[in-house]
Amino acid sequence: MQDVTKEYSPNIVAFCCNWCSYAGADLAGSSRLSYPANVKIIRVPCSCRVNPMFVLKAFQRGADGVILCGCHPGDCHYVTGNYYTRRRMALLFSFLDYLGIERERTRVEWVSAAEGARFSAVMNDFVRTVASLGENKRLTDLRCKEETENA
Amino acid sequence: MRDVELKMKERAAALLKSGEVARVIGWKKGEFYFDPSPASFETEEELSEFVYNGFCGANLSKYLIAASKKPGKTAVFLKPCDTYSFNQLVKEHRVARENILVIGVECQGKLDIEKIRRKGVTGVTEVEEEKDGVEVTSLYGTDKFPREEILLEKCLCCKGKKFMVADETIVLHEMPETKNDRFAGVEKLEKMTAEERFAFWQKELSKCIRCNACRNVCPACSCVKCVFDNPASGIAAKANDTSFEEQMFHIIRAFHVAGRCTDCGECSRVCPQHIPLHLLNRKFIKDMDTLYGEFQAGETADGKTPLTEYTEGDAEPKDAFKAEGQNA
Amino acid sequence: MLKIAKEKLGGLYGEISASMPLWLPVKKAGEVNYAPYKEDAEVSLETLKTVKSPKDLFFPQSEEMMRFKTEGKNIEIIDVRTEKQPFVLFGVKGCDFRAFDVLDNVFLDEPVDTYYKERREAATVVTLACSRPEESCFCKVFGIDATAPGGDVTTWLDEKYLYWQPNTRKGEALTEKVKGLFEEGGESEVEAQREKTKEIVDKLPFSALNLSRFKPENLNELFDLPVWQSLSEACLGCGACTFVCPTCQCFDIRDFRTNDGIIRFRCWDSCMYSDFTQMAAANSRTTQMQRYRQRFMHKLVYYPARYNGVYSCVGCGRCVNKCPQHLNIVKVVKTIGGEKHD
Repeated sequence: MQDVTKEYSPNIVAFCCNWCSYAGADLAGSSRLSYPANVKIIRVPCSCRVNPMFVLKAFQRGADGVILCGCHPGDCHYVTGNYYTRRRMALLFSFLDYLGIERERTRVEWVSAAEGARFSAVMNDFVRTVASLGENKRLTDLRCKEETENA
Repeated sequence: MRDVELKMKERAAALLKSGEVARVIGWKKGEFYFDPSPASFETEEELSEFVYNGFCGANLSKYLIAASKKPGKTAVFLKPCDTYSFNQLVKEHRVARENILVIGVECQGKLDIEKIRRKGVTGVTEVEEEKDGVEVTSLYGTDKFPREEILLEKCLCCKGKKFMVADETIVLHEMPETKNDRFAGVEKLEKMTAEERFAFWQKELSKCIRCNACRNVCPACSCVKCVFDNPASGIAAKANDTSFEEQMFHIIRAFHVAGRCTDCGECSRVCPQHIPLHLLNRKFIKDMDTLYGEFQAGETADGKTPLTEYTEGDAEPKDAFKAEGQNA
Repeated sequence: MLKIAKEKLGGLYGEISASMPLWLPVKKAGEVNYAPYKEDAEVSLETLKTVKSPKDLFFPQSEEMMRFKTEGKNIEIIDVRTEKQPFVLFGVKGCDFRAFDVLDNVFLDEPVDTYYKERREAATVVTLACSRPEESCFCKVFGIDATAPGGDVTTWLDEKYLYWQPNTRKGEALTEKVKGLFEEGGESEVEAQREKTKEIVDKLPFSALNLSRFKPENLNELFDLPVWQSLSEACLGCGACTFVCPTCQCFDIRDFRTNDGIIRFRCWDSCMYSDFTQMAAANSRTTQMQRYRQRFMHKLVYYPARYNGVYSCVGCGRCVNKCPQHLNIVKVVKTIGGEKHD
């Protein structure tokens, strides 16, 4: 019998900037703060390295949610990178929503290197939100899907 | 319109004769009245096939990328809306401004033969333009339609009759401004629920045959090698194997032209499956207008676009939905 | 000959689709294309030209050929084909039906394309005669009789009835299954409609295109004509003409990496695309003029040279309607074929 109380365990891809958020994740780890194992971190030199295609590709390959983490606006290691990210992702995520893809599946959060606790809280919250939505079915490549279903 | 065509032809002949320009880019007569093709004229004799009528909807500015690299100057006829694309191409250093002579031409709104066909008139052989309407002769009879019923989608939301750039103009009649309500379609979708929006786009985009007509006609799509044509990119795909591939292509394309798309409407005009692609681009335009202040690509040939600048107080991505009143 | 009242057609579709899939022209989001019949499908037999031709049913735009699974140094090849179930393709027009012959020459020639062959054998093709040809039609030029298109069953449609004439054993087998819905008669109505349609066809603007110069022996002469330059100058290099064409047969085979395996698929390709002839060393066609010339030389010269003088154009006129800049085969034929382009 299916266990109805068991929550869906989503695949989360987190793009983290090398200078703030990745260090924040590190700090969360060394401070023994937990965040769900379903979060797969991809380290990028700056949040503005994230091409919209990366986000789509992540969904295509089976991600249920995509989160971008960068330095707080004003704190970018490269001075202005995350300002561009902010505009790009505001437009991209609004656009995905316009196409009918659940807006809760995408998120941008600013996490500094000192915010280990915040990193853990953000990830816990995001995983919970995406888990309640269930599997991503609207922005996916069926060819990859089939494979995992068969397996 | 005939007098405008005559005047254009005269001017083109004079320019070619004097050697001021090496070629003139305009439109050439087709098999019927309603199917002229863009063409380059290099001699006065060739001009016998020159045509300018209500079906010259094609935006000629993209042809200038190649033409401006050729020896000699190129004259081009641009309608008011085409001048935005021209400015944008100059801004992106794709067209060498000094090699082009821009002749702005009068436009009373361009017509769409597909709209006539969609009214159930099949076998159209002749269209006659009258002042307020057109008379259509087909193999099976004649019909009359008012102009506004068969205007191209892009002309229903005309950006105005002002030339953003022109070295000279040929305007013989008054060009009345039409009502501009270009975000109505986007707003209608925004008011739907996410499920309804998804269903709408799934139905539309699943018609896509990946012919790339939208991309190849687009003046903003001027990359030498498109990422979707590049086998090394990892996302090259000649065909849509699943529903995702079409979304991927159209999302990335719309994003890539965001801030550079002048809303010239060529993508929707050329789509063989009539996918309302302008609704994708206009969403970006509307969002940028709401979040970062009104901006019209191609208004000038210099300056920054919303995606190449920022302010410290920009809206956070999570607040973007609120600003637009989009339904969840 | 049999006939069935138009308002009973839903019953006919239902009856056929109860035993096997039925593909026919269906309107979706405003456009008519071939799709499987469902009760709520908006069937549109009256539409003369579907956007995509029915070649999709035998030679799909994209199809999976096999899968690979790798484990260490071992590669497992998985045949993904399942036995093709019989299906009915309904409403094919004369031009599109002739196009199947053009494709057969290529795919059923040695080495036989088994993917294509299996689909072809599984199909019962029911054609529909044209009664309202359009200005862009020129099937007559290729000797096609749009009023008697052939196939396993030929049908004709008028205001009141659909007339049904089985031609082959497959067609008779299908007729057996649905016979109860039909009544006898209709010969004179069909004859009258055919006469009327032929009169219209004779008067179509492109019905007298002159193809006399397109002969294999003129290959070099035609290839070197300078006029290709001006004919192709407005070409955008999109694939609209090739993807709506019922006879274009070029494809590409590619591998797609899934999360834990590889799918080898083939998809339509277009000679209009810049990377069509991309090879390891170089690209043999570097300009759009060369690509444009290739498409028409293939249809009108290379193909006939290889297959007994048969042209690989059927005059459906889709490219005439769909080219974004109104370039098309008619312009090429008029400029080069003999007749002067006025």
